[in-house]
Amino acid sequence: MANAMVTVTNAVKRFKVRQTEANVAEHQNGIMVALDNVSLEVKTGELICLLGPSGCGKTTLLRMVAGLLNADEGEIRVAGDLVEAPRKDACMVFQDFGLLPWRTVMDNVEFPLEIDNVPKAERRDTANHYLSVVGLNGFEGHYPHELSGGMQQRVGIARALMRKPILLLMDEPFGALDAQTREQLQEDFLKIWANLKTTVLFVTHSIDESLILADRIVVFTPRPGQIKRLMESPVAKYRVEAGDVRSHPEFVAARSEIRSLLRKV
Amino acid sequence: MAAPVETPGIGAFLRDRPNLIRVVAVGLFLALWEYFGRSANPLFMSFPSAIGFAAWNMALDGSLLKAVVASMIPFGIGMTISIVGGIAWGVLMGRYWLFEYATDPYVNALYAIPRVALVPLITLAAGLQVGGKVTIIASIAMFPIIINTYAGIKDVRGRMIEIGQAFGATERQIFYKIMLPAAVPFIMAGIRLAVGLGIIGIIVSELFTAASGLGNLILRAANEMATDRLFVPIVAVAILGVLLTELVQLIERRLSKWRVLERERAGL
Repeated sequence: MANAMVTVTNAVKRFKVRQTEANVAEHQNGIMVALDNVSLEVKTGELICLLGPSGCGKTTLLRMVAGLLNADEGEIRVAGDLVEAPRKDACMVFQDFGLLPWRTVMDNVEFPLEIDNVPKAERRDTANHYLSVVGLNGFEGHYPHELSGGMQQRVGIARALMRKPILLLMDEPFGALDAQTREQLQEDFLKIWANLKTTVLFVTHSIDESLILADRIVVFTPRPGQIKRLMESPVAKYRVEAGDVRSHPEFVAARSEIRSLLRKV
Repeated sequence: MAAPVETPGIGAFLRDRPNLIRVVAVGLFLALWEYFGRSANPLFMSFPSAIGFAAWNMALDGSLLKAVVASMIPFGIGMTISIVGGIAWGVLMGRYWLFEYATDPYVNALYAIPRVALVPLITLAAGLQVGGKVTIIASIAMFPIIINTYAGIKDVRGRMIEIGQAFGATERQIFYKIMLPAAVPFIMAGIRLAVGLGIIGIIVSELFTAASGLGNLILRAANEMATDRLFVPIVAVAILGVLLTELVQLIERRLSKWRVLERERAGL
């Protein structure tokens, strides 16, 4: 318990939905259960993937940990504190990058420290540092629409690192990218993470991505979202040095195991 | 499918020179006007060279400049009030439901009334000089700015606001750093509409008050059946209108560039 960064205890989340004939069996009284009694403990410094099909509640869980949604039942703690609102040392990377289109790369990356009223010179130095961490030197003056998707998400990652967060919340961050860019970002992100050793909660629907990145993988069932299995990644120990664990025999075995887990309803 | 290859002929030559065609078209129109205008009754119609001569005389005796100044000072004050007041009102409506519900009947009602109908009332209350003109301009030009600012604030997507929330921004920071900048393209479009309406406003107010300015010059020349002098303030208003609209569009393009480029990128 002492080294748990995130603890989720019996969390339940329900949403109101419009009742139609098609969904009457699934949603009783116009209520859809997105998360059904989920408990999870994320260790400090680990990279954990929430894996499941769309609609399984993995993003809902992430948003609850982020403090953007409240649990209907149960409780969520980050670093021992009950989560009631977004906390400044838990930063988010969005699926659609979430950049402010009227701001340059530099101004986007500075945003969190601007919110904290950090002096201009100091936040510029910090931003320059993290822009070089994500490999975007020379693009400070560009606008988001002038960058490729991969570069925009690098901006998103740099912005999330600005406060040296104790927890990084990533909501399918590479889901909108093409296959090659996605692989490159996975590789680069692993290196960044290996240096920072911050705790990462990473939502994905890709089995490969979860095996490439995670220490542990939380496999979700489809609606109502429950945890089907919590497994250690068998290839976690090779991932940073090897760079590409895809060809590892244990990767192939683990992938088919997870695939059959996701198929069984 | 490949684009058809065109042989470089006279058509292609002209198509690449739109300004040449524009100049020729305007020149042709002026020449025809000059030719037929000279044979028309000067009480009802004038022609370009006579108008030019009248403009020259009015510039020399200072009456043209005096009228331009008399029109542009209330125009400037009226537009400033419209822009500042319109943005403030629109922001308040977009941000506070109480203000929105309390004032939207007035905004909608005043927007629906042709404001020209209020001109006699306004001149009675605010006078024939600068005060009256400013009130008329503001009553006409403020509404598109109110409505666009309000729409712009309301249009800011939840996703955009969530970025601020996720990083722990306060309500105030979300407003100033996300909602207001996101609404700028809407506000600029409102200002562009307001400039056009403001020019109508100044002329209408001067036609009614008949005390000073370009509208007054038009009225006086018409009463004297001096058709050559009648056209001078009309041309002056047209030139001012084009210049002001160009200026606003220049600023609008700069401030709204991100939105246009984003839309192009999304293929919309």
